[in-house]
Amino acid sequence: MKNAPLDHRLPTELRDLRESVAQYSRDVIAPAIGELYINHEFPYDLVRGMADMGLFGLPFPEEFGGMGGDYFALCIALEEVARVDSSLAITLEAAVSLGAMPIYRFGTPEQKNTWLPKLTSGHMIGAFGLTEPGAGSDAGGMRTTARLDNGEWVINGAKAFITNSGTDITGLVTVAAITGTKSNGRPEISTIIVPAGTPGLAIEPAYSKVGWNSSDTHGLVFTDCRVPASNLLGERGRGYAQFLQILDEGRIAIAALATGLAQGCVDESIRYAHEREAFGHPIGHYQAVSFLIADMDVRAHTSRLAYYDAGARMLAGEPFKREAAIAKLHSSDAAMENSRWATQVFGGYGYMNEYPVARFYRDAKVLEIGEGTNEVQRMLIARELGLPQ
Amino acid sequence: MKIAVCVKQVPDTWAEKKLRDDDSTLDREAADGVMNELDEYAVEEALRLAEANGGEVVVVTMGPERAAETVRKALSMGADAGVHLVDDSLHGSDALATSYALAEVLAARNFDLVIFGSESTDARMSVVPAMVAERLGLPQVTFAQKVDVDGSKVAIQRQTEYGYDDVEAELPAVVSVVEKINEPRYPSFKGIMAAKKKPVETLTVADAGLDAAKLGATAAWTKVASFAARPPKAAGTVVTDEGDGGAKIATYLTEQKFV
Ligand SMILES: Cc1cc2nc3c(=O)[nH]c(=O)nc-3n(C[C@H](O)[C@H](O)[C@H](O)COP(=O)(O)OP(=O)(O)OC[C@H]3O[C@@H](n4cnc5c(N)ncnc54)[C@H](O)[C@@H]3O)c2cc1C
Ligand SMILES: Cc1cc2nc3c(=O)[nH]c(=O)nc-3n(C[C@H](O)[C@H](O)[C@H](O)COP(=O)(O)OP(=O)(O)OC[C@H]3O[C@@H](n4cnc5c(N)ncnc54)[C@H](O)[C@@H]3O)c2cc1C
Repeated sequence: MKNAPLDHRLPTELRDLRESVAQYSRDVIAPAIGELYINHEFPYDLVRGMADMGLFGLPFPEEFGGMGGDYFALCIALEEVARVDSSLAITLEAAVSLGAMPIYRFGTPEQKNTWLPKLTSGHMIGAFGLTEPGAGSDAGGMRTTARLDNGEWVINGAKAFITNSGTDITGLVTVAAITGTKSNGRPEISTIIVPAGTPGLAIEPAYSKVGWNSSDTHGLVFTDCRVPASNLLGERGRGYAQFLQILDEGRIAIAALATGLAQGCVDESIRYAHEREAFGHPIGHYQAVSFLIADMDVRAHTSRLAYYDAGARMLAGEPFKREAAIAKLHSSDAAMENSRWATQVFGGYGYMNEYPVARFYRDAKVLEIGEGTNEVQRMLIARELGLPQ
Repeated sequence: MKIAVCVKQVPDTWAEKKLRDDDSTLDREAADGVMNELDEYAVEEALRLAEANGGEVVVVTMGPERAAETVRKALSMGADAGVHLVDDSLHGSDALATSYALAEVLAARNFDLVIFGSESTDARMSVVPAMVAERLGLPQVTFAQKVDVDGSKVAIQRQTEYGYDDVEAELPAVVSVVEKINEPRYPSFKGIMAAKKKPVETLTVADAGLDAAKLGATAAWTKVASFAARPPKAAGTVVTDEGDGGAKIATYLTEQKFV
């Protein structure tokens, strides 16, 4: 693809993957998503198509039904999907990076064999329940509890804003909960797998969101919700460390998604700047417009460099906390800015929901909030720089 | 069953196409190359037939160096092997020459079924499948919207303006397909990785035992003498309705001989 940046640096398999996902996004997602989005519908058929391409299995080994790729391959796919639509991209991101990844990273062989083949095939998706109505950035301040009783965990509490938690294909939610008190007096946090449909788990009605209309988000309420003791994910008391690891990686994926949105704004704006005429010229003839687009291109490009760098470090086994936080911070700001200016390039049409840039505008804001707000990213970067805490 | 699929790399349908100033052939460097869209349907059909009846799918292309990408795409969709005919002397080949080269490559490999797209998006001659069939002396069942193989027979529905015709032929045969036939799959990452390990035979004109005198621009039966860019779209005619709009439009249509 002509505008696929940095392509020449990628190995052929990633270029081919990008091409394949770009083609699916352009030919299948783009014509269908507008109406689904306006109607707040979860895009089951489009998710199915992504599943058929193996996107939900990208970073997992073949023994668990995966595609044998890596996390960077997932990021490439996310960027191409988000270039056309963010609801689908976040559905994929949350299912893979938040739903399946904790099980792959921390699960017992039995848990992996039970869940991963279904999750990697995309026939089932998973959700990750960390945030609570009263605790988001300060996730350690959660209130949800789980106690052992007769070989079962009994969970009580509430979770807020949980992506993928209420679809017809949701198979499980991994829930972070307080399972005791540590010797230092701090709460002991553990992660527990709760299969969808477990009695005592209530899925609240979907939120009315500003954007991501075709992504599924609910509050969850746990009332004496019982699951077998063997549903503990990884070690008891390791919940905090687990979600920090998951979120560090997840930031690179969100950065890729944000880069896709920022690039989508560039793509749409270039096209429109050629097509739309005012005062006898295509609007792209006016520097006030072409410079806007040049700036948008700069933001998309630097966002991509930032997430490529974080991804490369992660794959090389090097520390990547700072780079992932930089990528997430920079690219979400880029997405926000680009969607703002792309809407401007489109004038009145940009404010109409059936235009992709209007969707981009609605979808960009949450990128500065989810998986760690941009203030939290700055806290992480400052900490990595060794500034006084 | 051994199935061949002929695929052509064409300039991206979305890109603006240009002709070269030096020899009036298509400037294949000016735009990204993609698999001719109908050939994706041809590959898909071959894969479905092989999945249903057992067999091997070999993708065949004639084209420049980078047409290898198109072979790789077919392999990542699931084809088993590729043959890529690439040689500078092929440049500028017309439909007759293309069909000669393809027919020779196919004849040397004994296929039970050869599947084509029914038209390319760049040159759009829509004659290569028929020419190849003629050269191979095989029945041609073209413009298929449905293909069934049963033992030694192939039965198709040939798309027509009024519906379709049922057409049958003995194998080996040549089939060309239309868009209605299926939904081509998108390569999965597993398919993409597997494609890297699949065999691709790269042939020169000499390797394929072709007569160079029958190929390339010099052998073409016709020549592009000159060309010009399409003139920009003229501004439309605006009819202002001052109570007589209907009559004005009727006059316009009559003048243009539409009615
Ligand atoms: C659409 C959507 C989907 C989501 N999906 C999921 C999901 O699948 N799973 C999940 O667990 N969560 C999910 N979330 C939750 C998301 O991760 C949280 O909203 C986010 O972490 C922020 O938490 P909060 O909303 O409680 O905000 P708060 O933490 O209350 O923050 C409010 C404001 O205060 C700022 N702030 C807080 N502390 C500090 C500080 N120390 N210094 C400076 N500023 C500070 C924040 O940056 C923010 O601006 C989702 C959210 C949304 C909107
Ligand atoms: C400006 C211009 C002028 C031209 N002038 C002439 C001319 O005067 N006379 C003339 O005969 N041709 C001319 N050509 C056509 C050119 O030579 C064609 O590329 C060639 O003839 C193949 O025909 P097609 O693409 O129209 O195939 P079609 O018959 O439209 O293609 C049908 C199917 O054949 C298969 N196929 C076609 N080409 C290949 C290939 N290279 N490798 C593998 N499979 C293939 C594919 O399955 C395809 O779907 C011209 C082309 C251009 C761009």
